Amino acid sequence: MLRQQVSTEQTSEPVLSKSKLTLIVVQCIVACMISQSAILLWFGFSAQTSFIDSSVSISLLAIACYLIGNNLQYYRPEKNGYLLMLLYCSILASLWLVVNNWTLDKLILNDPHYSEFLYNSLPIRFFIGLLMIGLMAMVSVVWYTQLDQKETEKRKLEAETLARDAELYNLRQQLQPHFLFNSLNSITALIGSRPEEARKMIHQLSDFLRGTLKKEDQQPVSLIDELEHLQLYLDIEKVRFGHRLSTEISYNEACKAKKLPPMLLQPIVENAIKFGLYDTTGVVTISIFGECVENELHITVQNPYDPDTTRPKHGTGFGLSGVKRRLHLLFGRTDLLETTSYSHIFTTIVKIPQV
Amino acid sequence: MRVILIDDEPLARSVVIEYLQNWPEIEIVQECNDGFEGVKAIAQYNPDLIFLDIQMPKINGFEMLELIEQPPSVIFTTAFDEYAIKAFEEHAVDYLLKPFTRERFDKAVQKWMDQQQRSEPKQNTKELLENLQSSSPKNDRIVVKTGNKIKIIPVTDILFLAADDDYVKIHTPEGSFLKNKTMAYFEKMLGEDNFVRVHRSYIVRINEITRIDPYEKDSHLAILKSGEKVPVSKTGYPKLRQVLGL
Repeated sequence: MLRQQVSTEQTSEPVLSKSKLTLIVVQCIVACMISQSAILLWFGFSAQTSFIDSSVSISLLAIACYLIGNNLQYYRPEKNGYLLMLLYCSILASLWLVVNNWTLDKLILNDPHYSEFLYNSLPIRFFIGLLMIGLMAMVSVVWYTQLDQKETEKRKLEAETLARDAELYNLRQQLQPHFLFNSLNSITALIGSRPEEARKMIHQLSDFLRGTLKKEDQQPVSLIDELEHLQLYLDIEKVRFGHRLSTEISYNEACKAKKLPPMLLQPIVENAIKFGLYDTTGVVTISIFGECVENELHITVQNPYDPDTTRPKHGTGFGLSGVKRRLHLLFGRTDLLETTSYSHIFTTIVKIPQV
Repeated sequence: MRVILIDDEPLARSVVIEYLQNWPEIEIVQECNDGFEGVKAIAQYNPDLIFLDIQMPKINGFEMLELIEQPPSVIFTTAFDEYAIKAFEEHAVDYLLKPFTRERFDKAVQKWMDQQQRSEPKQNTKELLENLQSSSPKNDRIVVKTGNKIKIIPVTDILFLAADDDYVKIHTPEGSFLKNKTMAYFEKMLGEDNFVRVHRSYIVRINEITRIDPYEKDSHLAILKSGEKVPVSKTGYPKLRQVLGL
C-alpha cells in the first residue's frame, strides 16, 4: 500500500515544472533572435534591420510552434500519420513564411539591398522554419505521449488499489451483517409459528449467500443470473418487510444473456431498499427493469423516497459514487450511471457497454 | 407493568411477544412500526419499559429517544451496531443482539425487574444519548419536535444557530426550530468546515455571510444572505476572519 502510494507520486511528477519550461522556451527564443541578428549583421545589414528581421521572424515562428504544440495536445497522429504530420508542418511553415515575408516587406522599406536578400533567403528561411516547427512537433508528440502514458499508468495503479480495497470491503459487505442477522432473527420468529416458511427462508438465505460467494471471481455475469440473484435478496427482504415491500423485476427477453460486471447492481438495489424502506413509512415498490439500447445494456432501478428528509447530493446522489467509480475504471466512461429524482421517485439507470 | 415494542419488522416483534409470554406481569400496551408511532405511543401510555430497535424508517431509535422529554427504561434490540454497543454496555438497561435466545431475553428483563424493585433511579437514558453522540460518526441531520409534528432538518439547511436559554434555536429557510441541546454540542456536531462559532451564543454557516460590519466597541455584526444580523464577539471576530481568509 505504502509503496504504491510512493510510486504514484513519482509517476505523477511532471518531467519539468511549468516555470522551468517557460524559462527554457524564453531562452530558446532569445538565443534564436541573437543568432539570427548576428547572421544578418555578418551579411552587412544595419543593426536596426537585423533586429527587426530577427524579432519578427522568430516571434512569428514561436507562434507557429506554439500552435502546433497546442494542436498536438489534443490530437496525436496515429501510427502511420507521420506523413500527414510532415504535410501539416510544411503548410504551417509556408504560412509562416508568407506572413513573415509580408510583414518584413512592410516594415523595412528603405533598404533595396534587404528586399533582394529577403527574396533570395526564402528557401533557406522555409527550411529553417520547417525544421523548427518539425522539431517542436516531435518534442510535443514525445512529451504528450509520455504524459498520457503516465496518466494511464496512474489510472491502472489506482484501479488496482481500489480493487484491493473493494475486495476487503466486499468481504465484509458480502456478509452484510445487518441483513444477515435480521434475517436470522426473522427465521427465529418463524420457526415457532410457521416452520415451513422458516425452512424456505433458510434455503433462500443459503442460495443468496452461495451466489454472493461465487461472484468472487469478477467474471461478467448474464443479466438473467444477476436478476435471479437480486430476486433472492428481495424475497428475503420481503419476508422481513412483507407488509410494506413489493418488487417488480422485468426485462426485455432479447437482453437476458447480456453481460454485466458481478455485484454491480447489488449496491444500487440495497440503496433503493435503504432509501425506500428506511425513508418512508408507507408501502414501498422497488422496480428493476433491464433493456437493450443500441450496444448497451440499460438497467433502471426505481424506489420511492422522501424529498423532505433526504436529498440526493449533487451528481451521483445517494452514495452511489462507488458504483460510478467502478464503472469508470471498467469502461473509462463517467456517463454510465444516471440518477434522477422526480416526485418522490428516485431512479437510477446503469448503462453497461457490451463488448 | 406496561411495555411498548418499537421495531419495523413484525417478525422481530413477534419474537419479543412470544418471549414475553413467560412474564405475565408484563403487559404489551402497543406495538409500533417506527419512531413516529413510538413517540406518540410513549406520550399516550407512559410505559415503564420499551424494547427499541435502532435501524428504523425515517428516524432511528436514538433520534426517537431524543424527542422524548422523560424517556422510559430502554432495552435495545438490534442486529448489528458496532459503535453503539459500547454505549449500551455503559448506560442502557440492556441490549439484545438479534437473534437472541429466550434465556438471554429473560436475563435482560430480570435485570430490569431487579432494578425496579431496588427502586434504583431509572437508567440514565439522557446520559446514554450524550455518550452515543460523542462516539457516533458525524450526523447529517437533526430531529426536532414542533408541537405534535416531528421535523427532520438536514444539516445542509441550517443557516445559523442561536442559544435560547436551555435550548438552541435552529434557523433554516423554513423557519426556526428549538432543540434541547447545548451550543457546544452543536459546535462539535457541525464541525468546522461549514460553520463557525462567532459568538458564545451564535454559530453561523460560513457561506451565508455576505458582509461584516463594525458594531459598537470591539464587536461586529455579520450580515447574512437572508438579511439577518448575527453578533460577532471579540473572540469570534479573529476566528471568522481566519475562516473567510481575510
